[in-house]
Parts: sequence; structure tokens; C-alpha cells
Amino acid sequence: MAKKPQLAIDTRPWRDPAAKPFVRIKNVTKKFGDVFAVSDVSLDIYKSELFCLLGGSGSGKSTLLRMLAGFEEPTSGSIEIDGQDMTSVAPYNRPVNMMFQSYALFPHMNVEQNIAYGLKRDGLPKGEIADRVAELLTLVKLQDYGQRKPHQLSGGQRQRVALARALAKRPKLLLLDEPLGALDKKLREETQFELVKIQETLGVTFIVVTHDQEEAMSLATRIGVMNQGEIAMIGEPTDIYEFPNSKFVAGFIGSVNMAEGIVIEDEPDHVRIRSAELGCDIYVGHGVDCAPDQLLWWAIRPEKIQLSREKPESPFDANVTKGMVEEIGYLGDMSVYQILLESGKRLRVTQTNTVRGNPDSITWDEEVYLTWGDSSGSVLTV
Amino acid sequence: MSSFDSELPPPPRRRPWTMVERGLAAVGISGKALVIAAPAIWLTVFFLVPLLVVFGISLSVKQFGRPPYTPLLTTEGGTVQLTLHLSNYLRLFTDNLYVAAYLSSIKIAFISTVITLIIGYPMAYAIARAPDQWRNILLMLVILPFWSSFLLRVYALSGFMSGNGVINQLLGVFGIPPVVMMQTDFAVYVGIVYTYLPFMILPLYTNLVKLDGALLEASADLGARPLRTFLSITLPLSMPGIIAGSMLVFIPAIGEFVIPSLLGGPSTLMIGRVLWDEFFANTNWPRAAAVAIAMLVAVVIPIMLLQRAQDAVQDNEMSK
Repeated sequence: MAKKPQLAIDTRPWRDPAAKPFVRIKNVTKKFGDVFAVSDVSLDIYKSELFCLLGGSGSGKSTLLRMLAGFEEPTSGSIEIDGQDMTSVAPYNRPVNMMFQSYALFPHMNVEQNIAYGLKRDGLPKGEIADRVAELLTLVKLQDYGQRKPHQLSGGQRQRVALARALAKRPKLLLLDEPLGALDKKLREETQFELVKIQETLGVTFIVVTHDQEEAMSLATRIGVMNQGEIAMIGEPTDIYEFPNSKFVAGFIGSVNMAEGIVIEDEPDHVRIRSAELGCDIYVGHGVDCAPDQLLWWAIRPEKIQLSREKPESPFDANVTKGMVEEIGYLGDMSVYQILLESGKRLRVTQTNTVRGNPDSITWDEEVYLTWGDSSGSVLTV
Repeated sequence: MSSFDSELPPPPRRRPWTMVERGLAAVGISGKALVIAAPAIWLTVFFLVPLLVVFGISLSVKQFGRPPYTPLLTTEGGTVQLTLHLSNYLRLFTDNLYVAAYLSSIKIAFISTVITLIIGYPMAYAIARAPDQWRNILLMLVILPFWSSFLLRVYALSGFMSGNGVINQLLGVFGIPPVVMMQTDFAVYVGIVYTYLPFMILPLYTNLVKLDGALLEASADLGARPLRTFLSITLPLSMPGIIAGSMLVFIPAIGEFVIPSLLGGPSTLMIGRVLWDEFFANTNWPRAAAVAIAMLVAVVIPIMLLQRAQDAVQDNEMSK
């Protein structure tokens, strides 16, 4: 469902240092009283991107979006959209439209009037407005609902009206605040797909704010993870998930097992970490920017650990440990095992249920070996 | 099995209310009926019956004696006779005074309502948009005048506007000759607007404070400047508040008696004063009653129509 890159990998604009960003956020800080809602954020977003700002509540993602829309003025720093400085331009003068979390549909206007509102402000002739409204209603598949008032629509329909209204003026940049937040799970999955399709068809740059990591992963070309007013990491969904740059990012996206360890071998082509928690050494098959005896963390995703009853081969006398199955959560497509290690640490492991009704599957209270590849985990220093 | 016995719920406590309820149920009265009956009885005794009495008086004619009107029902030689006089109502249309007083009352009430709206709307808007910690203080200031006597405040106004009152003295300092304000329609407008302003502000405030700020942002986001946002979003959405506030000012202002008598002059014609004069000066109770009933009809019917319009608006706003 993720947005399929339209361009060959080597021409993704954010990978090209010479590419000119469409939205340039430079050292933006926003203070409310003494509280830093956003602190010193710099961010470049390229044309036709679907960029997700992901973070928990209070991470500053919404404030950043509101500064892009013009509802808040940065305390310091600048915001440039399409080469023009927009830092203190009023919202009604920006080439930007926003889809609100609550949708903010005008309750006293019907669907057509809601969509036409922005067009009327531009003083377009009546016929042109009517054509554009009809076009948008078709785009969001609400042709027969033009005369309805917002309160006569379902949540999903309102969401689509809000999208149509935000797209009506052909904004260069569309801001979406938790666009799918108010929908139930099934509707959300369908709508997500439609949103990406619309974005691809129109080629508008989308900036989406969300707290839902699944939503961010499936929608975005790139994700900016925010934490306490700062950008913790910017990257493509796979980078964020597979190569997190910090404990925060690793823990925020998906589930993760984190173990503490000490560097005992630091070579250019490999690193060996001794972890008392895991009860074994961790052999990392690539160089890491660290020093011997340094304390660091190693993070591994539950699906990257294999379980077995027999002790597996361990070429470097590492990456194998032993534990007991404490809990099993059967999810249908896969099972989640909670393994209690000898150190008392618990690891979460997922295994795909490839055999139907497997009678020989690993069960409660069994002693099992855990193993992983030498590049399966991430070494984190912060 | 004994362990099960001990887990039985304790017997329900005998609360006084349950006993009352049971007692009422025994004679076929449910608690719900009781709750509805209380205001119904109150309104019947203190509103409907007096109104019918007034209506009855309006159909009699003046006589000297006590009571100062003829009875509707007379018994003579074993026959009961019902005498209804429509002369009072006919008089209302034939005597120019009454029509002129009605029209003048409506005019004064209408203009006062418009002025109250123009002054009250920005105040209500400002209070609704004020920071949380200020809002209650500002509301308090709006309500504060109610803590002093209404009569006292009207007298205070006359002190302000009289020939050597505060305003004229202030004008005198700048060498401006005194302005006649008392005993004019102007003073009546000042009095009514001053007195009824809170009744306009409060319903407007309760409406405006609910207005979703995101709607205003959405409007700005779609290219509307602040004035356009106000006209297209804020104003239509606050219509129920405007209607409620206007009715709370307009209805009592029509029948206002104290303000025109204390601040107005002989030329200020208002139906409340006419009514007073009929009742106390001419002791013509039937005529006064007819004036009151006619005013009720003249005011109630448009108000009911307005109320219906407001309900329609509110139905539209519901469950947004």
C-alpha cells in the first residue's frame, strides 16, 4: 500500500544532494510561554512527496504542521514553500491547504458549498466553480451527496468531503492532520489506499501528521519521527524500521528487543558485544563507530530471531542463547513467543505459522535456543 | 452450599423516596407523572388562570363599584346570563392612541434590540475568545449589575443624563451648552439598551463559546480574510444565539413601563404606560385587560413564528 516510488531509486530527490527542496523548514523553533513545542527543526521536503510526521502526543508534530499552514508563527527560524519565504504570511495568502483532524466542515453548508468555499474566495466564475466541484465529487466518489449537510454523512464520507475541500484550490502543498484518525480500522485501511492513489494521480505534495506508525509506514515516501519537539530521525519507512538511529526510534516504531552490552572487539569489519542480559556474545558483521569497553545497546526485531529445540551452529561462538517459553500469543498468521532468558530478561520472538495446525510447534515451558544473523540487529549508541 | 448463601446481595435499604414512590404507585401515579405535574400545576395556577381572568375582565365593561367591572355571569330570575362585551377591543382599533402606542412600542423595542445586538455581539465575542482565566471574570462583570436594584440603576441613569447631571457638567467643562437628554426617546433607548444588554450578551456568549475554532482556521486556510470568515462562518453559526438574545430583549422591551415612565417624556408613547394609565388613572380595568390581551396576541404570534424558524436552524446544526 505504500506509495510506489515513481522514480528510479537513484533519482529519489532526497537522495540527490543537488535536488531543490519544495518545502524548506530551517531551524524552526516554537515556544509557548517557556515550553518548547518545536525546537530547532530543519527539514527539507521534495515535490510530490508524501511525507509523514510521526510522533506521540506533545511531540510537536501538529505545531509544526500548523506553522506550515500559517496558524502559528515560528518563534525563530524560517519556512520556505516553493522558494518563497512563508514564515509570517497569513494563512489565507498561502498556496497551502489543510485537512483538519476534526475535518472542520462548515455545518451550515452542504457538501457542494463546503467544497466551493475556497473557490468562491478566489472569485472564480460560477460555472467554473460548479465544474470543479463536480470533478472533486467524482474524485472522492460522492457524486450523489452534493446536497447533503455534513451531519447527514458518515465518518468516512465526511473525511472525503474534507479531502475534496482541501484539494479544491489545487494547492501546491496539502497538509493532513491525522487524516484517518477518526475512522474505524477497516475504513482506515481502505481510505489509506485511496489517499495514496489520489496523491499519486494529482502529484500534490502531501505532509501528513500522524501518531499511528502503521499509517505512517504504509503511506509515506519518507517519515520524520518527532520526539519532544525535535526530529529524531528522517528516512524512508524501511530505514526507520530496519536501521533506527536511536533507542527512541527503535522503540517507537514496531516492537523491539533491546539489550545492553559492552564492546569487547572493535574491528573495521566486525564488532563483538558481550551482553550479560542475553547471556551470550553478539557478533555484528560490520564495523560500528564505537570504542572498546563502550557501553551500548543492541536492538533486534521479534521477527528476526529464530527459535529451535536443537542448539544451532554458531560460527563465531556468538548470537545463540537459551531460554524458556513463558507465553505464546497465537495471532493466526504468526505466533508471538515470550521467552524468559536465564538472566531473567524476556525476549519477544515472532514466528510465521507456515504449517497448518502444526502439532509439533514449540509450546509452553519448553527450553529453546534463540539465534539471529550477524546483521539482524542494530547497534545503538544513543 | 452455605457459601452461596453468604454471597446473596444484601436486602435493599428502605430509602424514604422508595416508600413515597410505592405509595404513589399504589394510587396509580408514577414518579415521571409527578415530575411533569409539578411545573404543569404551577403554570396553571400562576399563569394560565390569571391570564384567563384577565381575558374575562377584558370582555366586561367598566362600572363604578368593587370590582370596577361588570360580572360576566349574572343570575336573574333563575336564568344564568353570560354577557360578553367586545367594545374594549373595538375601541383599541377606533382610538388612534392604542394603535399608535402599539406601533411606537414595537418601534422602540425593535430599535433597542438592534442597538443591543450591535453593542452586545462584539462583547459576547470578546468574552468567548478571551483566555480561560479571564472569561469568568468578564462574565461576572456582565451579570454584576443584576446584584443592585433595577430601579436604582434607572434612577442613576437619570442622574447621569439630567440637565445638571454628570454628562452635562462634563460638557460644561469644555464650554459646550447643556444637552437635553431626559424626558426624550433618547433616554428611553439608553435605559432599555443599558438594562437589557446582559440578556443579549449571555445567550450570544453561550453560542459563540461553542464555536469550533477549527472552522475559523479552515475558512482562513481556504483563503477567506477575517471579515469574510466572520460573515460566512461566525455570523450564520451564531444565528440561534442572535435570535435567542433578540427575543429576550425585544419581548420585555415592548411592554416596558418603568423605563419610559422614569426616563421618557410625555411624548414617549409606549403600551406599558397606556396600560398603566387605563388601570390606575382611569380605573378602566376592562380596557386595560383588553390592551394587555391584544399586546399578547400581537407579540406572541410573531414570536412563535420566530421560535419555529429558530428550531429549524437548530435542527440543522444538530449532531454536526
